[in-house]
Amino acid sequence: MGAGANGGKSIGGVVLGLEGISLAFGGVRALQNVSFDVREHEIRAIIGPNGAGKSSMLNVINGVYHPQEGTVTFNGVKRRDVNTHEAAAQGIARTFQNIALFKGMSVLDNIMTGRNLRMKSGLLAQAIRIGPAEREELQHREAVEQIIDFLEIQAYRRTPVGRLPYGLQKRVDLARALAMEPKLLLLDEPMAGMNVEEKQDMCRFILDVNDQFGTTIVLIEHDMGVVMDISDRVIVLDYGKKIGDGTPDEVRGNQAVIDAYLGVSH
Amino acid sequence: MKRNRNLIILCVGLLAGLIAPLATGASDPGFYIEVLLGGLMAGVLYSLVALGFVLIFKASGVFNFAQGAMVLFAALSVARMAEVMPLWLATLLAVGIMVVFAFIVERLVLRPLVNQDPVVLLMATLGVTYFLNGFGQTVWGSDIYEINLGIAKEPVMILQSVFQGGILINKDDVAAAIAAVVLVALLALFFQKTKTGRALRAVADDHLAAQSIGIPLNRIWVIVWSVAGVVALVAGVIWGAKLGVQFSVSQVALKALPVVILGGFTSIPGAILGGLIIGVGEKMAEVFLAPIAVKAFDLAGGGIENWFAYVLALLFLLVLPEGLFGEKHIDRV
Amino acid sequence: MLYRENGQFKTTYRQDQQMLPILQDRIFMALLLLFVFGAGPFIFSDYLFLSILIPFLILALAAIGLNLLVGYCGQISLGHGAFMSVGAYAAYNLALRMPQLNFLVVLILAGLIAALVGLLFGIPSLRIRGLYLAVATLAAQFFMDWTFARVKWFTNYAPSGSVSTATIDIFGWTVDTPVRKYLFLLAVVTVFALVAKNLVRGHMGRAWMAMRDMDVAAEVIGIRPVYAKLTAFGVSSFYVGVAGALWGFVYLGSWEPLAFDINLSLNLLFMIIIGGMGSILGSFFGAFFIVALPILLNQAPEWLGIHMSTAMVSNLEAMIFGSLIIFFLIVEPQGLARLWAIGKEKLRLWPFPH
Repeated sequence: MGAGANGGKSIGGVVLGLEGISLAFGGVRALQNVSFDVREHEIRAIIGPNGAGKSSMLNVINGVYHPQEGTVTFNGVKRRDVNTHEAAAQGIARTFQNIALFKGMSVLDNIMTGRNLRMKSGLLAQAIRIGPAEREELQHREAVEQIIDFLEIQAYRRTPVGRLPYGLQKRVDLARALAMEPKLLLLDEPMAGMNVEEKQDMCRFILDVNDQFGTTIVLIEHDMGVVMDISDRVIVLDYGKKIGDGTPDEVRGNQAVIDAYLGVSH
Repeated sequence: MKRNRNLIILCVGLLAGLIAPLATGASDPGFYIEVLLGGLMAGVLYSLVALGFVLIFKASGVFNFAQGAMVLFAALSVARMAEVMPLWLATLLAVGIMVVFAFIVERLVLRPLVNQDPVVLLMATLGVTYFLNGFGQTVWGSDIYEINLGIAKEPVMILQSVFQGGILINKDDVAAAIAAVVLVALLALFFQKTKTGRALRAVADDHLAAQSIGIPLNRIWVIVWSVAGVVALVAGVIWGAKLGVQFSVSQVALKALPVVILGGFTSIPGAILGGLIIGVGEKMAEVFLAPIAVKAFDLAGGGIENWFAYVLALLFLLVLPEGLFGEKHIDRV
Repeated sequence: MLYRENGQFKTTYRQDQQMLPILQDRIFMALLLLFVFGAGPFIFSDYLFLSILIPFLILALAAIGLNLLVGYCGQISLGHGAFMSVGAYAAYNLALRMPQLNFLVVLILAGLIAALVGLLFGIPSLRIRGLYLAVATLAAQFFMDWTFARVKWFTNYAPSGSVSTATIDIFGWTVDTPVRKYLFLLAVVTVFALVAKNLVRGHMGRAWMAMRDMDVAAEVIGIRPVYAKLTAFGVSSFYVGVAGALWGFVYLGSWEPLAFDINLSLNLLFMIIIGGMGSILGSFFGAFFIVALPILLNQAPEWLGIHMSTAMVSNLEAMIFGSLIIFFLIVEPQGLARLWAIGKEKLRLWPFPH
């Protein structure tokens, strides 16, 4: 799998554009005038040292944080601010750096929550259950089962997520996001804390998702090997500023990026 | 900033409410000041109970619903023991009992529930409340008991030259207010000047960090619950001396909950100021607002003071969720 | 040996999603229903009906209601006694002012009114959480206590503020004897428990639980907090309102202003802590426990030949409740329902535990 990994895959137009994003918490400036775009069907990585503002960037994209300046254009709709659930309704899904699964629920129920946006049966229908609500439930269960098969977690359907090992929890987190059938998938350090095998599995899943479902992916990752292998383009943040943007090869050769990572005295 | 704007609006509103009875001529100044003083007096007690809440919340992250039960238990202990020994000895022994209680709570409730969700801890203190109320009344009895502080209860007339008819104040109220001020000053000294006090503040800022530099968390909890016990004791004795020691004393805690909302969960000045605001506010509402409401809505009596504090707290929650002096948190994902 | 799921293969998702996927559980439930509906009315005594079963059934319904909010949606409430009172007074006024209404309609309307009030007091939950919400719900408690004690219209200008209800009549079937009350309540509670179970199994229930477990993540996958929290408040208060109406009409018959005070709210909370948060079955366990323990405490000393004053008994009761709350929170936060589940798990493996 060569750099870019875009053998045969067709990258489309811009689906997500960020312009002049600035975000501050009190006096701390997490992001300063950051602009970049994401094209349809590509895997876009965000890298940078700790505290560079990577997670904040994702939080801006799906509306957890609201930037003080700048605009986010998704699917041609330009906005400054968006609610998280609106972002979800527009087709943006997300996994979390520190797994944010619903601990009291089984694997199956966790993934089923990803279908909630698509489930329409009302209070009364659900109260009676027999009839439309049950039909809807079964129909979505089937969609969820496909994702369970895809991510190879059939054995854990009924297990409470809290009891799963870390690597599998990360997989369920991904499954829940996939259940939303997102147009844009944001992955916050999907491989953090994994061993080599788990990382390989996760890489394969990410590439398969990108390939089979045509999902556009933005991911944050610290493992440079992984980033350089699977992403089409990379953006580099440092101290809330964008210092590099381009294909893995371009970024690798960028002096500012090398300085930021190797630590050059300023 | 939005918070500052809201704070100003609230303060202006509170002040307007405070002076409204005078400004509209609904009350003559002498009576008004009596009501004000009565409110302040109740407020001092609320402050004391709220102080116990805040101390415990700061140091152990526990929203201690049992603070009222502690007030009752301490007051019962003093009242019953004072029947067979001098008051000072009874009080001293009661302090000892509250320390033992703190030990037991730390060992049996806090330690097993460390790092649990705040709501779980709240429910645990509900359990403590029930247990302590049951236990206290089993051991000490469930009648009304007196605490005699040796202060005359007759009201004194002052400022007769300034206001028509003068102002009635109670000596024991004045003594209570002084006791409360002394207690707060002692607490402030304890927190600022002693080694334990510094450790307490460190724990309040960050449990884990404090533990990692060798501050024994469990001992701190015992100390804080003991201090809260002593604060409860003072509140209980003042309250008991005024109205008798009985079950209803424990209900004063329910009045102190809104106080911590007003003041902010972690702020001692907030607890004091909040207590005074609630004390004065509900007294003013009951005396000046309730008759109007009774007439307008044909009510069977006033009783606004039963919920006034809560509605005020609710208002604060909606416009100023961190309270007057609270801290704001940022959610991270 | 009897309790095995070997050989029960699910071939469709529908079978897999059943409420009781194991055959033996379904048989047990069928037998239980047959017993309580068919045999119960003939073999239980009036004392059992009046002092245990009737309060138990109503409180179980209220506990289910509170559990939907606290156990499933993770929103604390210390004021659910108030929503019971809303249901009770709403039913009283509806029955009084519109006597032509069937009691079933009154019951549903009372529930809906309680749901509206619950929604109103649930609005703060959109901005505040945890401890702050606890205080906000207490505001509901004290405000409603005051309203029904002071606003004369609600008590039909009764001088003492106490109200009494007429006998319930459902299409000519009067609910007056203990047996009939029991049967009526049993039917109502069975239906409501089933509905609750359906709700928590559906996407609404999952939205509630998602809100409870990790609210930020729930929002990120598109669950609207407004929708999840307010439906939980609404449905929960509906249940509790219906329970309140039943409490007033079937159990109390007549009641004083402070019949639904904060102690009732706390008792409801204890039921779900002891019974099991986030469990419909647990709500039944908890309600039974809270109803039965005081009776046991009253009787036990007599059996042992010890005399105890009523004050002593109630103090003892408070101590035991308090200790049990702490015990369950520490040792088994999921309450009796969890113990039941563990028991079943053991039974499944018995007699070969490995």
